[in-house]
Amino acid sequence: MIEIEGLSMDRDGVRVLDDVSLQIPDRSLTMLIGPNGAGKSTLLGLIARLLRPSAGHVRVDGLDVFRAASDAVARKLAILRQENHILPQLTVEELVGFGRYPHSRGRLAAEDRRQIADALHRANIAALAGRRLFELSGGQRQRAFLAMVLAQDTPYLLLDEPLNNLDPRQAISMMQVLRRAVTDLGKSIVMVVHDVNCASFYGDRIVAMNAGRLVAMGSPKDIVVPSTLRMIYGVDMSVHEVGGARIVQPFS
Amino acid sequence: MCALVEPRALRAGGRLLALAFVAVLAGVAFLTVGAKGDWGFVLSLRGGKLAGMVLVGVAIAVSTVLFQTVTRNRLLTPSVMGFDALYVALQTAIVFAFGAHGLAGIDPQLRFLLHVLLMLVVTGALFHGLIARTRGDLHLLLLSGVVFGLFCRSLTGFMQRVLDPNEFAVLQGLVFARFNTIEVTLLPVAGAALLAVLPLVWRLAPALDVLALGRDVAIGVGLDHDRIQRRTVALAAILVCVSTALVGPVLFLGILVSNLAYRLLASERHRDTLPAAALIAVTVLIGGQTLMERVVGLDIPLGVVIDFVGGGVFLLLLMRSQRE
Repeated sequence: MIEIEGLSMDRDGVRVLDDVSLQIPDRSLTMLIGPNGAGKSTLLGLIARLLRPSAGHVRVDGLDVFRAASDAVARKLAILRQENHILPQLTVEELVGFGRYPHSRGRLAAEDRRQIADALHRANIAALAGRRLFELSGGQRQRAFLAMVLAQDTPYLLLDEPLNNLDPRQAISMMQVLRRAVTDLGKSIVMVVHDVNCASFYGDRIVAMNAGRLVAMGSPKDIVVPSTLRMIYGVDMSVHEVGGARIVQPFS
Repeated sequence: MCALVEPRALRAGGRLLALAFVAVLAGVAFLTVGAKGDWGFVLSLRGGKLAGMVLVGVAIAVSTVLFQTVTRNRLLTPSVMGFDALYVALQTAIVFAFGAHGLAGIDPQLRFLLHVLLMLVVTGALFHGLIARTRGDLHLLLLSGVVFGLFCRSLTGFMQRVLDPNEFAVLQGLVFARFNTIEVTLLPVAGAALLAVLPLVWRLAPALDVLALGRDVAIGVGLDHDRIQRRTVALAAILVCVSTALVGPVLFLGILVSNLAYRLLASERHRDTLPAAALIAVTVLIGGQTLMERVVGLDIPLGVVIDFVGGGVFLLLLMRSQRE
């Protein structure tokens, strides 16, 4: 379980995250939604100890991420951010191999190679394993980086808008990969999405933020209702029930 | 999957061997071409210069690759960022403060170690913060470096003008080493410093591979990012001391050889790119000096030629990165 307690952060004197407390249960796909600048990426970055909070704690299975050794945390949780520095000559397989760093310290054993092959397969990029990053499209790079965090083989995965750069077909296949990781492998995933329909359709739970605060959380059925959406985004959206899922029609 | 990795490693190994062969050829040519008279005398004279150039080449190449990994930018060198200008400024400041005779009285080897220590303190304080604060912004980092280098050079110039002419003469002897007049007295201590640093760099190499992926990814996979970054800057600073003490500032050799190494090896592993850059640098220095001294017989200092060619490559890379 990820326990977030009174988490706040100031940047240049501006409070970008304000007293967030939240528990993320195991074996669940949690969708983090909210308008731009709501603090979603900041929250994700803090949980993954990429940023330092002004106040508050984050514990992952009891491990204080700001105090514990970095590699101990790296065996608990993996994070994929939106922007990644591209080393042009790196092959996809080498990149995915870096996901094994907290386990192998750069020296790959048989188990590491098995995990790499498995991650390449699950992220649907095994066919491109020998390609170099400069040869790949944006969507392919996105999947290569996803394979890297999958290879890290952590119980918790934090993904910051993993559907960026992906066309609808790739986005659906990515969501299926993530859904299976939760259902079949028992992972816990927290991801930032902009598409409310994606959150509604694939999420077990939705956490909504606005202006650095949590404004709502619950199952898609609780969150995807016009009054709550209006509170989160400040616009009116009509909600329809299609095949058991709540679908939003955003443009009026 | 394993089958994919092995041929790549083999290919990199083969290319490194070829580079090493060319470097040895250049060394033999430097020792023997146009030699007349007593071989013992020729070899001891040229051997000293050869050793100096090997040290300088390795130090410049390795410090540049380390620096480019920390800044995640392949257009930067410690020289462009003003590291060697800082070294010269520190030396000048010591003469300025304590007088040339006080400085000349200290054993040169000990003096070198003092400079290294001072350099570590100053770069540690300055550059770690600078790199952290300009994170990702190449232009800001480059501009800060150029301004910092300019500041150091101006400060050096100012102090030298104010100095007593006799003290200035002593300082000149200390500071203005060149390829043609390598500081042979410093070879043992500079060599020892290099030999102490290289194993540390080699051990750091797998962590450097991770560092190159960017701060977020590096922390994400559990690297102690800030510590590794500090250590890398410190090692680069020691190497800058080695090369600057022996031959003075060389601006663009690092850019030339590091980018050639990335091209030739087509690898992102530091255990490939570091030795490749070092071998290329040694070849360029020794081969260039052989050509200049013995074949062409021109009296142009090698440093000028290298900065001319390297500066051209720098501009070319800069323009290409703009287009992307």
